[in-house]
Amino acid sequence: MTELTTTLTGYAAQVHDDAHSKDEAAAADITQENTFDVKGLNLFYDKTQALKNINMTIKKHEITALIGPSGCGKSTFIKTLNRMNDWIENCRVTGEILFEGRNIYKEVDSLALRYRVGMVFQQPTPFPKSVFENIAYGPRIQGISNKKKLAEIVEESMHQAAVWDELKDRLHESALGLSGGQQQRLCIARTLAARPSVILMDEPTSALDPISTQKIEDLALQLKEKYTIVIVTHSMQQARRISDRTAFFLLGELLEFNNTVDMFTKPANPKTEAYITGRFG
Amino acid sequence: MSRIQHKKKVDKIMTALFFGGTAFAVILLVAFIGFVIVQGFGVMTPDMLSFSGSGLGNMLFNTLYLVFLALLFSMLTGVPAGIFLAEYAHQGKVTHWVRMAIETLASLPSIVVGLFGYLAFIVMTGSQWNLFAGSLAVSILTLPLVTSVTEDALRNLPSSYRQGSLGLGASHWQTIWRVLVPACFPRIMTGLIMAAGRGFGEAAALMFTAGMSTDINWNNWDITSASCPLNPFRPGETLALHIWSLRTEALHPNAAQLASVSSAILMVLVVSFSLAARYISWRLDKKMGGTNS
Repeated sequence: MTELTTTLTGYAAQVHDDAHSKDEAAAADITQENTFDVKGLNLFYDKTQALKNINMTIKKHEITALIGPSGCGKSTFIKTLNRMNDWIENCRVTGEILFEGRNIYKEVDSLALRYRVGMVFQQPTPFPKSVFENIAYGPRIQGISNKKKLAEIVEESMHQAAVWDELKDRLHESALGLSGGQQQRLCIARTLAARPSVILMDEPTSALDPISTQKIEDLALQLKEKYTIVIVTHSMQQARRISDRTAFFLLGELLEFNNTVDMFTKPANPKTEAYITGRFG
Repeated sequence: MSRIQHKKKVDKIMTALFFGGTAFAVILLVAFIGFVIVQGFGVMTPDMLSFSGSGLGNMLFNTLYLVFLALLFSMLTGVPAGIFLAEYAHQGKVTHWVRMAIETLASLPSIVVGLFGYLAFIVMTGSQWNLFAGSLAVSILTLPLVTSVTEDALRNLPSSYRQGSLGLGASHWQTIWRVLVPACFPRIMTGLIMAAGRGFGEAAALMFTAGMSTDINWNNWDITSASCPLNPFRPGETLALHIWSLRTEALHPNAAQLASVSSAILMVLVVSFSLAARYISWRLDKKMGGTNS
């Protein structure tokens, strides 16, 4: 146990340094191609098996889209990538998920993991704080308290999330007063401010209008230059428009995983074809 | 058609009934406050407000001081207890019993708490009546309220606050301390105001703890001295208790008038405290809720 704790602390410290340095430096540090290697992943809620023997590789600086009908396990799967299912009682995971070569359920501290693997949820999740405080939250919990440094991170993250121009005069207003689309982009900025290398998006546009959706999609395409993005989506068009690879889930299994163009033009599995052509789902 | 008309009629009658009930409560409150205040300030003379002789100043100060101490104690115990119940305790037998214990505590008669306080804080410690013991007794009474308000406030927060924070790698404690507790601050504050109301009005629990006498020397600022105003280990009769003693055993010639004035002051105190606190929590709500655009 002590041994484990030491490794975790070591990793946390390393993450912490990364968080302070520039993105480029952090990116150069990582030599691996694959952000995630998922091997034989099973997930159970009590006795129900929600994910069955998932094997997949998520590549760096790509957008990987997860599609499939409701209840197919795509949201459950994305939550395992930063261990957001840790709080679900009776949830059990077997198999391996390697993040940059380390097993996230064994070798990596869950908090340190979430510094590196950020998440944007289906409903925007702003805190009842000012816009500034919302975005500064991630750096603050990582121990950054220097006002100037925080202001820099906030501005940079807002530029990256394309909300700076819109919200620069409203930094000290409550984030709950923003529109849904603004809130979602604020949440993306908040995630970026924590200096992750991966952004998980769980149906980030399903609660938004078409214009806001468009903005988020454009943003995702820009962000993949620096980040690895995994996105769960209900919309086949969205997967097609923005993703490099698409994974099709059905009843807890990964039925097909291929690059997006091939997947949508010549799907290998007849069920994939039926789903993407809208015959069920 | 007639069915629809019937439905509409019933609807109207019920609306009138509910309106009547509400109006009755409001009228009762306004009339009651009005009566006490008019009655009290009508017979008031300036020397009644003094801090010497039969003046009420000292009791007023004791009341405020005691409520302040009691709120401090019930906040220091009740808020953590509420956080524990809402965030850490597993739902099971133990929490069930804890919750039942808290509910029972809430329905204890205050005279029983007073006698317990007398036994535990006065007899067992071998001290004289004191404000500190009184405030502990009052905080026993207000503890359940503060605990359950805190617990409910935390439970009623949208799960997105928790999700968003944990998703950024915050620990459970960071999430509670930096997001959840600030978010339910206005509601916890409302709970504390209600607790304060209880403290202002409490008499039975204080009779054998805070004592029925007060002797303050306003020039004495040596906190260890028994007549220093800020020494919590001195006897300190509060306004509510003073009303009771004036109406039962006082030999003062204008005891009845003094009691009326005390009641009026207490009423003003309670109302203004609750208005002020509501204003503050409204301001906080507005600041966090973004309705000020």
